[in-house]
Amino acid sequence: MSDPLLRLDAVTVQFGGLKAVGELSLGIGAGELVGLIGPNGAGKTTVFNLITGVYAPTAGTICFAERSVVGRRPDQITARGIARTFQNIRLFGSLSVFDNVRAACNLHLRQGVRATIFRGRKFAVEEEEIRANTMELLETFGLAGERDTPCKSLPYGDQRRLEIVRALATRPKLLLLDEPAAGMNPTEKRELMKLIEFTQKKFGCAILLVEHDMKVVMGICQRICVLDYGRKIAEGTPADIRQNAQVISAYLGQEEGSTRV
Amino acid sequence: MGGRGNYLLLGVLILCGVASPWVGGISPYYFDILIGIGINIILAVSLNLVNGYTGQFSLGHAGFMAVGAYLGSALSLVVKFPYVAMPDWTGNILWWIPKLLWVIVAMVVNAGVSVHNGLAVGVEQLPHAGQFLIILIYGGLGAAFAGLLVGIPSLRLRGDYLAIVTLGFNEIIKGMIQNCQPLGAQLGLNGIPAWTNFFWTFGFALVTIFVVLNLVHSTYGRGFLAVRDDEIAAEAMGIHTTKYKVLAFVAAAFFAGIAGGLFAHFKQHIDPEAFGYLRSVDIVVMVILGGMGNTIGVVFAAILLTILPELLRTVARYEWLPHWLQQVAENRMILYSLLLIVLMLTRPQGLFGNFLGKGNLRKS
Repeated sequence: MSDPLLRLDAVTVQFGGLKAVGELSLGIGAGELVGLIGPNGAGKTTVFNLITGVYAPTAGTICFAERSVVGRRPDQITARGIARTFQNIRLFGSLSVFDNVRAACNLHLRQGVRATIFRGRKFAVEEEEIRANTMELLETFGLAGERDTPCKSLPYGDQRRLEIVRALATRPKLLLLDEPAAGMNPTEKRELMKLIEFTQKKFGCAILLVEHDMKVVMGICQRICVLDYGRKIAEGTPADIRQNAQVISAYLGQEEGSTRV
Repeated sequence: MGGRGNYLLLGVLILCGVASPWVGGISPYYFDILIGIGINIILAVSLNLVNGYTGQFSLGHAGFMAVGAYLGSALSLVVKFPYVAMPDWTGNILWWIPKLLWVIVAMVVNAGVSVHNGLAVGVEQLPHAGQFLIILIYGGLGAAFAGLLVGIPSLRLRGDYLAIVTLGFNEIIKGMIQNCQPLGAQLGLNGIPAWTNFFWTFGFALVTIFVVLNLVHSTYGRGFLAVRDDEIAAEAMGIHTTKYKVLAFVAAAFFAGIAGGLFAHFKQHIDPEAFGYLRSVDIVVMVILGGMGNTIGVVFAAILLTILPELLRTVARYEWLPHWLQQVAENRMILYSLLLIVLMLTRPQGLFGNFLGKGNLRKS
């Protein structure tokens, strides 16, 4: 890849004596769907937190659209076009489905505080615009009927979907999905796979997917990166990864007598 | 609401103005309660923006009220502040660095002092209505500035820590006034003109409700609620959480300052004791009782909690009541506290809870 959208270069993060991520290099091109897998505690979510600015890397660079995002605030990074969902759903608990998405529309708001208080014509036009956009997004993801439902009373799968919708409302170029299939049944998982592929095509954004479920990852990702103990142990197409000895040993444990790299 | 809301506000404001002279004619006792209600509505609704909608626990609202009350009264009494003296440059050269810093601070403070002194002289020339409006807004802006100074460093803190910092700020303001001779120190200021009437009090109460509701019921305002619900998720959705918190804090401080100005020009006497932390707690109780983030509920709670102690006082005087009941009503402050405890235990979501439209789930 010549010109990746997101480029991690030898990124290391250390928490005290623990190296959570070590010299990780990874590139994601525009519109690509990449999977990030690894056993529990391999550092997948830490990678997400590094990209979105929750943690600062101890060493290495992270560039998005050719500009470094290291040291930026999370909201500034989101403004540049990286949106994420969370492993343990983090919706705005007291808001309705509609308002959850609307809160994320703040990023591209043109009207400021003054217009919000005194409400001229421009304000009404923009609010209507946001309402229409939000409804369209909700409709695309089949949540339009639930617009006034408190988000906490949605079924689990729908809450996950709402998180994706909310992230898309920030108009990202790169979407980070943190274990979207966690806690879903096989039917829901199949729907989710379709949904992710659909999102990638319809919104044209690159997606980085962290997932435990092999079926989901192997089924939709164009490229997969495997982490173990914070290090990249393999990268390639799903077919390559399936045959990779290191990956198999990381997941299933090594055979007796063989040494682990 | 759109543009219609603006006209509605204007209409009700005019109505307030027309009704004002008539309302001024009622007995002073009821008038006192009425104005108290208006001032408490301003305080509670503005604090609700911070504690209720944005989820930051501020416990220093009376401090901002004090800033507004004293600054406003200083204008209407034409109190001029002395300039801060510049350091002398004799003595050890090692002291030059702190002295230089002192010069910078003194310059900023003196600039403020000269603005205040100039304004005090200039505003005096205006007719009373204009004078009072400027005084109130001046007090509000002063309080907002204090809010900015306190808010920027302290809003990094969360929950209990923020409560302690704001409580400390309240006491610092009180302590500063107690030691400020031009502001009457412990004795307070006397002879403040009685300009507060029904129109000003309820006019500003309406403006406060209008601003808070408009601010919150918009795409912009969903940011406050997002910050309250989940700060990490809010950040990840591109919401500048610090900006929202500071904005809520400064806006609330502004209205608290205005309430302080109204209070000063109603009681005609202010002293530092009136702005202690007990006053702050009173306002927090109104917000909690009304239901955090429920403006209409908070308005009702402010009315209820202003009337309740007075109501108990009246009940104590009813001759036909059994003696023991009179005795209970006599100890009204104990009864009042007991009532609060019972309410908190039985309705922790606030007296009005979701009943009066929590404001979050409505379409707005």
